[in-house]
Amino acid sequence: MELEFTAEEKAFRKEVRSFIQENLPAETRQRVKEGRGTSREMMVEWMKILAAKGWSAPRWPAEYGGPGWTPIQQYIFLEELQFNHAPEPQGFNISMVGPVIYTFGNEEQKKHFLPKLLDCEYWFCQGFSEPGAGSDLASLKTKAVRDGDHYIVNGQKTWTTFAQHANWMFALVRTDPDAPKKQMGISYIVFPMDLPGITVRPIQTIDGGVEVNEVFFDDVRVPVSGLIGEENKGWDYAKFLLGNERIGIARVGASKAKIQRIKELAASMPVGEGSLMDDPRFRQKVVETEVKLKALEMTQLRVLSDIAVRGGKKPHPASSVLKLVGSEIQQTCTHLLMDVVGPYAMPKSTGGEGSNEPSVGPDWADAIAPGYFNYRKVTIYGGSSEVQRGIIAKAILGL
Amino acid sequence: MDFELSEEQQLLKDMVARFMQDRYGFETRGKYMKEPLGFDPAIWEAYAEQGLLALPFAEEDGGIGGGGVEVMIVMEQMGRALALEPWMSTAVIGASILRNGATDAQRQALAEEIIGGACKLAFAHSEGPARYDLAHVATKAETSGEGYSLTGDKTLVLWGGAADKLIVSARVSGGVRDEEGVALFLVDPSASGVSLQVYDTQDGLKAAEVKLEGVQGELLGDAPGKGMAVIRQAADEAIAALCAEAVGAMEKALELTVDYIKQREQFGRAIGSFQGLQFQASDMFVELELAKSMAMYASMCARDPDPVERSRACSAAKAQVGRSLKALGERSIQLHGGVGMTMEYSIGHYFKRLSIIDRMFGDVDHHLQKLDEAGGLAA
Ligand SMILES: Cc1cc2nc3c(=O)[nH]c(=O)nc-3n(C[C@H](O)[C@H](O)[C@H](O)COP(=O)(O)OP(=O)(O)OC[C@H]3O[C@@H](n4cnc5c(N)ncnc54)[C@H](O)[C@@H]3O)c2cc1C
Repeated sequence: MELEFTAEEKAFRKEVRSFIQENLPAETRQRVKEGRGTSREMMVEWMKILAAKGWSAPRWPAEYGGPGWTPIQQYIFLEELQFNHAPEPQGFNISMVGPVIYTFGNEEQKKHFLPKLLDCEYWFCQGFSEPGAGSDLASLKTKAVRDGDHYIVNGQKTWTTFAQHANWMFALVRTDPDAPKKQMGISYIVFPMDLPGITVRPIQTIDGGVEVNEVFFDDVRVPVSGLIGEENKGWDYAKFLLGNERIGIARVGASKAKIQRIKELAASMPVGEGSLMDDPRFRQKVVETEVKLKALEMTQLRVLSDIAVRGGKKPHPASSVLKLVGSEIQQTCTHLLMDVVGPYAMPKSTGGEGSNEPSVGPDWADAIAPGYFNYRKVTIYGGSSEVQRGIIAKAILGL
Repeated sequence: MDFELSEEQQLLKDMVARFMQDRYGFETRGKYMKEPLGFDPAIWEAYAEQGLLALPFAEEDGGIGGGGVEVMIVMEQMGRALALEPWMSTAVIGASILRNGATDAQRQALAEEIIGGACKLAFAHSEGPARYDLAHVATKAETSGEGYSLTGDKTLVLWGGAADKLIVSARVSGGVRDEEGVALFLVDPSASGVSLQVYDTQDGLKAAEVKLEGVQGELLGDAPGKGMAVIRQAADEAIAALCAEAVGAMEKALELTVDYIKQREQFGRAIGSFQGLQFQASDMFVELELAKSMAMYASMCARDPDPVERSRACSAAKAQVGRSLKALGERSIQLHGGVGMTMEYSIGHYFKRLSIIDRMFGDVDHHLQKLDEAGGLAA
């Protein structure tokens, strides 16, 4: 056992860090730091910067346009992005649809899509969930009926993140309603969002923003060339995709950055003669969170070492801890920020960019409560905490 | 010892509950929020007609003589409805200050206006760096002719834009955090030298930043400099009221959640049939009951003549309610899944109001520290 990274890995970390420092646009950095979310333009700009360096798809093999990094390099890269307030590569393109296409797609699809994913010329959104199919995704109903060279798609997706930014969607649709098991009649298709019959309706979330949408399909004709892999095998590809998410899912770097920020802001918050950082009750909570985060980081490294050293063919049992604990720590951080901002959690942003109204309280304050509200999502999506616990109970403990 | 409501209190509860049910729904509330004041003036008139504005005033002032328990009953229903009107700032904080810090003539005159629905109050007390320190008052009051001239900045003044009169704290002597030297004034928000910046709050209400530049203020009471005791009494009553409001909101949030998990199906069955969710819903119930008990405790102690006992009880209540509302509120969203995240379902609105109540008049840590410094709770 060895805790230290090698000299090469340390040098790599330095290289990544200085690249970010030199190339990340200041406004994007500021928005990520303050938890305000980035615009489509900012995201695409950053993806193009990463793509030009060959770094926009840290996990992809070199033959598809990735950097061909080791798992440890991938981890270091993601951690540095998170810690230095850089957006991570557009996840739907890079972590989700890309690997499915290069693993299961045909040559033509690889040639067509992969380069366009790397620089975000195509912005994909994920059309999996439906009103009746959330945790129980396999019960999805949106159907695709073959008609010559097309599928005719009817139905509805929901919670589609950034459908309003997307020009493409990858979706799970039911192609065989008579399959013996509901997992068996599902296909994985991709198509442009401007096809006739697609309607996107934004959903406002409790933080006041619009990041999710409903997407309706009314006799949408999707070319059959958009089928990835085999018809009715879509469930396997979706499962492959989820199993793929073991590096960076704990978001250790992001939580480290949050804790650093919590301390900075607390030190700037006057309480009596001193600041909030002089309050032992508050400091205790911060340091408890730091300990838990360290435990998570070490767990992440164990999983990483299993992948790096032993090939990680079967998921390491501890990997199921990563999402569960990582999401809870992220939520704890947003609540600590509520402790920091105190009564100034209350005002809503007085107008946003270009507004002449002075901000109420510190100029970062208006993003704190929305951040706390918004981060309730992290224990709901990507396999809810209950679903994660269910997996541990069944698959690991054999209950 | 008796925790039961009297017959009259039960009638009050039924009346307010019925009124809120008739007048407040998810959609109507959304409409009220878009009104210029942030609520529907007709509801305020109806409060006057129903006697809710007379509730906290003594009978000799034309009121009904309601106490802490009556306030709790009303605030609980307001919490269930997520009511938008300045009832707390007028009938709890304002009434408390008039009861304890005004001359008889001032109290009688204002009570009459308030009871008739013609005067809404807002409490302009907090200042930028004060955080939860009630004694942090930098706003200055200088004698000028017959009256006083006030200068300073007040922040986070709930319902500041809707108020017909502001109650403003200001210093006649002493340093910024001194207990002595604070006085309370009535200020007309349209008076020259007052500027208001009105904004929406995260939980659907409206508040204002209030700038005072040489504003004429009418001294409340006749003992300038002794205002802190009045403010602390009013703040404790506000805490008791907020605890009751939180209980109402928590109760409704639990009902909404239980209804939802009974009806939402995944994996071919109601998700409420999964034990993992049943246990969480049970934990929410536990939190609700603990909070309810403490809200009752606070409302029975909020007018305790002994300020030390009173403030201990209110701090303990606010700390427990703060812990409970977090645990219950966060779970209520979790159990709703994606729909809990949307403005289109009511649960998120409850969660947001609860989260802000947690930060009003001191959060959990603040009250734990206060209690700790006071030697904890006596056995
Ligand atoms: C902000 C946000 C963004 C999203 N983005 C996307 C996207 O881009 N694309 C996409 O396809 N989807 C997206 N989703 C959807 C997300 O994947 C679903 O919300 C998630 O699968 C949960 O489904 P649900 O919302 O229907 O909740 P439900 O499945 O109805 O769950 C409700 C509650 O029941 C619990 N529960 C469910 N089953 C069980 C069980 N067997 N045992 C115990 N408890 C259980 C859940 O944990 C939860 O607490 C997003 C969601 C959110 C909130």
